[in-house]
Amino acid sequence: MSKFKVVHYINQFFGQVGGEEMAHIPAEKREGPVGPGLAFTKNFGDDAEIVATIVCGDSWFNENLELATETVLDMVKEESPDLFIAGPAFNAGRYGVACGTICDAVQTELGIPVLTGMYVENPGADMFRTKVLIVSTADSAAGMRRAVPAMAKLALKLVKGERIGASVEEGYIPDGVRRNFFDKKRGSTRALEMLLKKIAGEPFETEYPMPTFDRVPPMPAITDMTKATIAIVTSGGIVPKGNPDRIESSSASKYGSYNIEGVDDLTSETYETAHGGHDPVYANEDADRVIPVDVLRQYEKEGKIGKLHDWFYSTVGNGTAVASSKKYAAEIAEKLISYDVDAVVLTST
Amino acid sequence: MVKEIERAGIPVVHICTVTPISMTVGANRIVPAIAIPHPLGNPELPADEEYELRRKLVDKALEALSTEVDDQTIFEV
Repeated sequence: MSKFKVVHYINQFFGQVGGEEMAHIPAEKREGPVGPGLAFTKNFGDDAEIVATIVCGDSWFNENLELATETVLDMVKEESPDLFIAGPAFNAGRYGVACGTICDAVQTELGIPVLTGMYVENPGADMFRTKVLIVSTADSAAGMRRAVPAMAKLALKLVKGERIGASVEEGYIPDGVRRNFFDKKRGSTRALEMLLKKIAGEPFETEYPMPTFDRVPPMPAITDMTKATIAIVTSGGIVPKGNPDRIESSSASKYGSYNIEGVDDLTSETYETAHGGHDPVYANEDADRVIPVDVLRQYEKEGKIGKLHDWFYSTVGNGTAVASSKKYAAEIAEKLISYDVDAVVLTST
Repeated sequence: MVKEIERAGIPVVHICTVTPISMTVGANRIVPAIAIPHPLGNPELPADEEYELRRKLVDKALEALSTEVDDQTIFEV
């Protein structure tokens, strides 16, 4: 029997082209497996082989979503594969979005099974979980050894057209599709068992988790901008030169509050970025490229806005847990309210 | 972060490059930016043109904050 043909999509880092400084590279196709593809090959055994690997810069893909999707789609088409795999992307946001986007496109346009893998908090997971199968992985590449066998196993099932079990059995992020099966115990028995566990304070797993729709209604608009105090908040990691609070370059454990009274312009001598998730050169050259202090100060002088708030608040949004971001923002919001700030400009890199 | 601040009662405009992420996260007022490592700038432009580019993005952000929205809205520059 001939092997199933697989095309694999990976980013510039796993393609061994380089780190953030190479995140701008457009997609390129290589023959055979590259990087994590070698591990996939081992797990596929005689069943499947990676015939081509597409390596693409994370920034390039995300900044050119339509062009990138089209380009990669054409590369996949040329190989007429039986299966398409992307990642795993772990908790790398741009990589996760790229994997989800391209899997969705390949599945829809070429009608072949697709699979990717990422950490549950990767923004790509929320965006694509109901569209493509995403194997749940650890948050960093340290989880590669577990992710690859899980993905390879599910991938082979997909390409062979075998029945896919429930998310808890197969290890994918719940996609909202119910997979029926006959349980040995009937519903009333299972429900009572759960209830008894609950009463005893033991852990139990619901069979029907309630969906969470976490949306915040929009606040009313500012009616008179010339009287409004505007504050700057950023996940782009802008800090005074030297990073006095030692905000981490990824998985930030804190945020900083920095006074900008009398500061008209951020310069390479005075400010820099602590962000480790993209090329920091441009922000280090001129931090106004991430937080527009220069323009807002000018507008304050011209009277276009009432006031630029004396402080800006900054953390690094690179693999930082959602729970941490929520906590920092709640604290920042309290400060903003105590200073009577009317509106916030929040920038992300 | 956008959501937590807005939840506290302050309108927020989110300036970011990958707007689909902002939509998924739940920002209500979104202004698309230039590029991931330099959302409000373009190092290839001369300084005055770059400032002008940033000014336009800030104008759009202030316009977004001055506009009533019922739902998530992207304000294209």
